[in-house]
Amino acid sequence: MYEFDWSSIVRAWPYIWDGLQTTLFLVAVGMVAGIALGVLLAIARLYGPRPLAWLVALYVNVFRAIPLILTIFWFFFLVPFVLRAVTGNPYAGVGAIYAALAAFVLAESAYYCEIIRAGIASVGAGQMNAATALGLSRAQALRFVILPQAFRNMSPALVNQTVALLKDTSLVYVISLNDFLGAATKVAERDGTLVEMYLFVAAVYLLLCSLGVWLANRLKNDNYAA
Amino acid sequence: MQYSWDFLIYFKPSLTGEGDYWELILHGLWITVSLSLLSWAVAMGLGTVVGILRTSRSRPVVWAAALFIHLFRNVPLLVLLFLAFYVLPELLPPDLGRRIKQADPVVGQFVTVLAVLSLYTAAKAAEIIRSGIETVRRGQKQAAEALGLSRFDSYRYVILPQAFRIIIPPLTSDFLNVFKNSSVAMTIGLMELTGQTRQIGDFSAQPFEAFIAATVLYSLVTLCVIWGMRRIEKATRVPGFLVGE
Repeated sequence: MYEFDWSSIVRAWPYIWDGLQTTLFLVAVGMVAGIALGVLLAIARLYGPRPLAWLVALYVNVFRAIPLILTIFWFFFLVPFVLRAVTGNPYAGVGAIYAALAAFVLAESAYYCEIIRAGIASVGAGQMNAATALGLSRAQALRFVILPQAFRNMSPALVNQTVALLKDTSLVYVISLNDFLGAATKVAERDGTLVEMYLFVAAVYLLLCSLGVWLANRLKNDNYAA
Repeated sequence: MQYSWDFLIYFKPSLTGEGDYWELILHGLWITVSLSLLSWAVAMGLGTVVGILRTSRSRPVVWAAALFIHLFRNVPLLVLLFLAFYVLPELLPPDLGRRIKQADPVVGQFVTVLAVLSLYTAAKAAEIIRSGIETVRRGQKQAAEALGLSRFDSYRYVILPQAFRIIIPPLTSDFLNVFKNSSVAMTIGLMELTGQTRQIGDFSAQPFEAFIAATVLYSLVTLCVIWGMRRIEKATRVPGFLVGE
């Protein structure tokens, strides 16, 4: 039988905790910036002029068609060039974290955009007509009438997408970023405890995701009750 | 710093001596597509079974199916893959574990990714299929029973044919996810499309041309899948069903 040795997790906990914080930081930024950008994209797609709506559709569909790992690679190689061009410093180095942040915010905004578009569509068209009839401008109607209702309807889907984002952040492994999985892998390879470490990592992700799923279900039940 | 574009790079021979770069890219595409289609086939079969069990009348069966779905949906695919690749062989009986480790590496990688991707996809598909089954009106089930159909026959001839027609759109996006998710294979060394273009970027020092090729190919695969699923949706459409729902 295999002899388990969990001690290396305890010993290396500060390092692993650092990684977990990086993961949570990626999730937080990806969620907040992704939803903010997603709202703008959804509005542009629904109410913007034709060419703009068309461009947004292209943006959303391309980001949704390619694997996230490929998106991460794109930015991992692209961000240094952009930064050097902007700053004029030919040696500007870039931490992998910025590439990861750019990849997650832009890719997740495409996913959030589709959820938000469906959320806005779930609010009856009569609401917009009623709001403009009351003398509200389009922007005011969106801000005070449509979006508050839409966010209520789509809150479970947004939480579910955030759980997916949490799972996706593990993919930064491919650019050797020290997120939770990356930090755990490094410790495990040093100590020869891959078995214990990966079981532990899986358990932590399972716990965090289960919390998200529980929250999404609660929001869904609240919406039904209302 | 300037980037020098060179779109003729695709037709230059690889440093590895395995052929021109376009041949390597096509080989990567072939692995991506075969891996994804096989995983999808297994996932549909397994997902249908688990989805049906999820609607069973027996409590323990429902819980077992729900547990399977929950476990495989709430752990990152990459972590599941590492569990299967690095952890599982250690926990199996030593003889079996050794045989797995001594298998041909490419076959071992392919089979591991295939198994993990199938289970991961099956868990999601099972949820979709369950929701499809639950959407089929209760009267349909009762009518099937009243006609004297067995439980098996009522699923086979009444419930599932309707459920599958309802869930074609969500299944389509799930099908697309399989192709994207198959890119995790590169982390254990299987050179599918993403891994192959990443490597070509390193060898040729032309990463953007390589990623452009991958982006275009993934987009084409997406378009093919959407087109194919629309064909299936049209071919299986029953006049009057799903209209005005």
